[in-house]
Amino acid sequence: MLTYISRRALYSIPVILIATFLSFWAVRSTFDPTAKVRVSRTGARAAEQIRVRLHLHDSIFEQYGYWLGDAVQGDLGDSERTHEAVGTMMTRAFGNTLQLIGWGVLISALIAVALGVYSATHQYSKLDYTFTGLSFVGLAMPAFWFGLIAIQWLAVWPKETFNLNDPIFYSVGLHSGDQSGMFNLDYVRHLVLPVLTLTVLTIAEWSRFQRASMLDVMSADYIRTARAKGVPRRSVVIRHGLRNALIPLVTVVALDVGALFGGAIITESIFSIDGMGRLFIDSINAGDVQVLTAWVVVTAVFIVAFNLLADVLYGVLDPRIRLS
Amino acid sequence: MTATAIEEPTLAGNAEPVALTQWQLFRRRFFKHKVAVVSVVILILFTIACFAAPLIAPFSNTDQDLLLGAVKPNATHWFGTDTLGRDQLTRLLYAGQISLKIGFAVALIATVFGTAVGAIAGYFGRSVEQALMRFTDLFLVVPALAILAIALKHFGRTDTVVILVLATLFWMYVARVVRGQVLSLKEKEFIEAARASGASRTRIIVRHVIPNIIGPIMVNATLAVAAAIITESTLSFLGLGIQPPDTSWGNMLSDAEGFTGTGQSYLLYAPGLAILLTVLCVNFIGDGLRDAFDPQSEKH
Repeated sequence: MLTYISRRALYSIPVILIATFLSFWAVRSTFDPTAKVRVSRTGARAAEQIRVRLHLHDSIFEQYGYWLGDAVQGDLGDSERTHEAVGTMMTRAFGNTLQLIGWGVLISALIAVALGVYSATHQYSKLDYTFTGLSFVGLAMPAFWFGLIAIQWLAVWPKETFNLNDPIFYSVGLHSGDQSGMFNLDYVRHLVLPVLTLTVLTIAEWSRFQRASMLDVMSADYIRTARAKGVPRRSVVIRHGLRNALIPLVTVVALDVGALFGGAIITESIFSIDGMGRLFIDSINAGDVQVLTAWVVVTAVFIVAFNLLADVLYGVLDPRIRLS
Repeated sequence: MTATAIEEPTLAGNAEPVALTQWQLFRRRFFKHKVAVVSVVILILFTIACFAAPLIAPFSNTDQDLLLGAVKPNATHWFGTDTLGRDQLTRLLYAGQISLKIGFAVALIATVFGTAVGAIAGYFGRSVEQALMRFTDLFLVVPALAILAIALKHFGRTDTVVILVLATLFWMYVARVVRGQVLSLKEKEFIEAARASGASRTRIIVRHVIPNIIGPIMVNATLAVAAAIITESTLSFLGLGIQPPDTSWGNMLSDAEGFTGTGQSYLLYAPGLAILLTVLCVNFIGDGLRDAFDPQSEKH
């Protein structure tokens, strides 16, 4: 087991290095860190200072080396937009985005498994057709549009129709002005709409996947054996069926966590949440090189880490993979 | 297929067994998938409507009517007008040109390129395969939406650039599928026979391998169309894609975002439904193609 994990982990190292280098190169070749100071009167000298500080006279490989050297020591530079340390900004933004993604993954997985198992055990029933139809709509739905419609119908409409002081579900931020913390009603009321927006696609995708995987397992010989020797239906479905049908889904979920970062960009932009997505959009619009560099590199590492996790989990849950 | 060939003579009594070509079998199975057939019709009508916009649109694309301002959907303006007095139906049709063009062009480029990479990797194997597949792995771990946004900033946000950039991020899915198919196909006897009779590698790949995996390739192409339309609209919605005065459905929704919860919230619906309907049709067509190319998949 340990060899399996360490082999996978070792394999991720070059992937991380190359993927982060490509991301770094994309940012550095697109944005000019000296663009802002050059227009001022003392521009030439200030620009030169920046060039020296960021090693812009060296090749892109050396620039990456210097950046990486600082980064592993926890120095990601300062933002040109807010003059704050990039590390601090990233930590704050990452915390908010992780809340969104965490709740999103948890809720999508629970709903998707429930729908998938029901559909598979009641194949071709009316509800199965309904769920399948809805998943087609979910897959075709642009997430950002769903978010706007959700604000219109779940936040604005009830407030206006019933003359409420506050909307039932808020559509801005994660907390009201004077509130904080994660275990109160205010937080939940802020979280419902963004999480819903983030999960439409994943619920649709994962429930279809779970249905197919469950149908596969339920037609296996050992299920027939279990039925034949009189194991109760509930136990066949859950202990023999579901436990095996969950294995492929676990991998898909781990792989999709990276994709949820893309979803977070959209969700945070619509619901004005101060997370990684907002940080990215603000930085790309302002041409904030240091933040963008750190952003793409950290995200790439995050995605590779979850790909690694998917591999490892697959090996843990299914010994046949590990031994081959 | 063998089942039909055996059963048919007995069913038809003493009549001659009817031989069907692959294409006929394919068509027969596709037409059985009613939803897919309806989707094809809707998508074709939709495409024609968008590209015939100069002829059929009720107003000119550049018409503004500032005195009129925003009016709700009515008999003259079926989808209403925005605050500049622009007819939404007209804008929708013109925006559709860009959205559809990007969707289909991206799918075409990504499919052709991905098929080439996948077929070469799968057929030649060894180091070529290793190199190409590690390369595709890399594209799978970079944060796609972010890299897209940066690339568009770099190369300019015109529709040609959007098409090329999206295609470079979508080809590896096709490449992976094609490689897997080619790996299992290249050990088959008919490939061996072609090789033995002296066919060149290019000829084997183009004439013998690709025609046999056209099914999965087409299904993946439909997925690419859907993904491209949604990704483009997302980028344009965030202001990082197509730039005004060019307009796609994503831009229209970006304009409409500010009217959420106001009297002009009707502006939200038409562009979103246009995206939803188009992508839904494309996905259903993909579903129909999958059933038609691979009769075994109907079981689930």
